[in-house]
This record gives sequence, structure tokens and C-alpha cells, in this order.
Amino acid sequence: MVDKWVHISDDKLDEQAIMALVRSDSAGAIDVFIGTVRNSTKGKNVVRLEFESYDAMAIKEIQKIIDQAKMKWPIEKMAIYHRKGVLSIGEAAVVIAVSTPHRKASFEACQYAIDTLKETVPIWKKEVFEDGEVWVAAHP
Amino acid sequence: MMNVKIKLFGIGKEIVNASEFDIELAAPYTVAVLRNEVMVKYPSFGDLRSVMIAVNSEYAADDVQIVASDEIALIPPVSGG
Repeated sequence: MVDKWVHISDDKLDEQAIMALVRSDSAGAIDVFIGTVRNSTKGKNVVRLEFESYDAMAIKEIQKIIDQAKMKWPIEKMAIYHRKGVLSIGEAAVVIAVSTPHRKASFEACQYAIDTLKETVPIWKKEVFEDGEVWVAAHP
Repeated sequence: MMNVKIKLFGIGKEIVNASEFDIELAAPYTVAVLRNEVMVKYPSFGDLRSVMIAVNSEYAADDVQIVASDEIALIPPVSGG
């Protein structure tokens, strides 16, 4: 999946490169969200995370988020990169970068993007513990 | 009757123990009928928080019609980010 603004990748995400992508002389603000792999959930040690993606659909749904955000806020540039495969503690699972003329819109657009991504984009996360594993949010 | 192939992801793969499976549908060929058949064949899907159906990589409502050439996928609760 090679696209400059929407990307789902087996490779480690280059946070600096994604930030550089959205720089714009007409933007006074860049907001970046980085979702990282936490070492515990509810007191249990997490060994690693495994992400699976329905790439064709995930790309479309992420593009919809960017399209919607651009209708709601005066966005100069926006990029959303998601990792898949096996991730170690501390690694970036998702990077969202957005530039806007003023800061308020960049904060709001970035929050909208991560909140919506978590609800609509067909990507699944499995937490692997020392004594088992669980697909996150699968069961009520 | 119509045979459709269904792609699986995440916990769906573990429930069926495969990355896709085939199912026979009786008319009307709608998303609602498909979901019902899946639940009958694999009741464990009923334990999930939700099961959405995607048709040609778009979320599909219950009344959407399915044809044999469509790409169908079961979407268990997503958890990206």
C-alpha cells in the first residue's frame, strides 16, 4: 500500500518523516498523535502486540476520516500511518499528523481522527501476555 | 441457492479456524440473511460485541443485496490505534 498520506505498513513507522510530510508554509500549527505499545493492561504484563488489517478496506476508511476532517477544519495537510504485524513495547502503532493555520483546529482534527479510527477502521489488535493472548475489545 | 466466500479477520479467523470460508445462501441474498447463516453455522460469533459485514470493502447495512462476485468480509469489533 503505497500512498503518501494513508499508509498501512509492516515496517517500523518513521515518526519524523511523517511529521515532515505535513509541514506547510501556510500552516501555523502541526499536531501529531502517536499511539504506542504499552507494557501492561489491567495490571498484566504485555509481551507484544499483533496487528492485523483488512488493507483494502482500512485504506478506504482512513481516507474517509481525512476527507471528513478536511470538511470540518481548514486542514493544510494530513497523514495517517498505521503499523501492522508484530510490535514490541514502545513502538508506534499509529501516527497521525495534521497541519492547520492555527493550533485549535489541529488539536481537534487530530483527536477526531484517532477517535474515529478506533471505531471504524478494520484493524485488529491482539495483546499477547506472558500467560495467554486476547483480541482487544472483541467481547462485551 | 448461492455460494459466497467470506473473508475472516482477527478473532473471526480463530472462531472458524480458517482465513475464509464458504456458505450457501437461500434467497433473498441480503446481508441480514448472510449474517443469520453465519450465526447458525458458527454460534461463537454471537458472543462478540458486534459483527459487521463488509461488501466490496464497505460496511453494508442489513438490506444490502449480495451477488456471487461480491467480496464479502466479516468484521469483528475493530481495535486499531
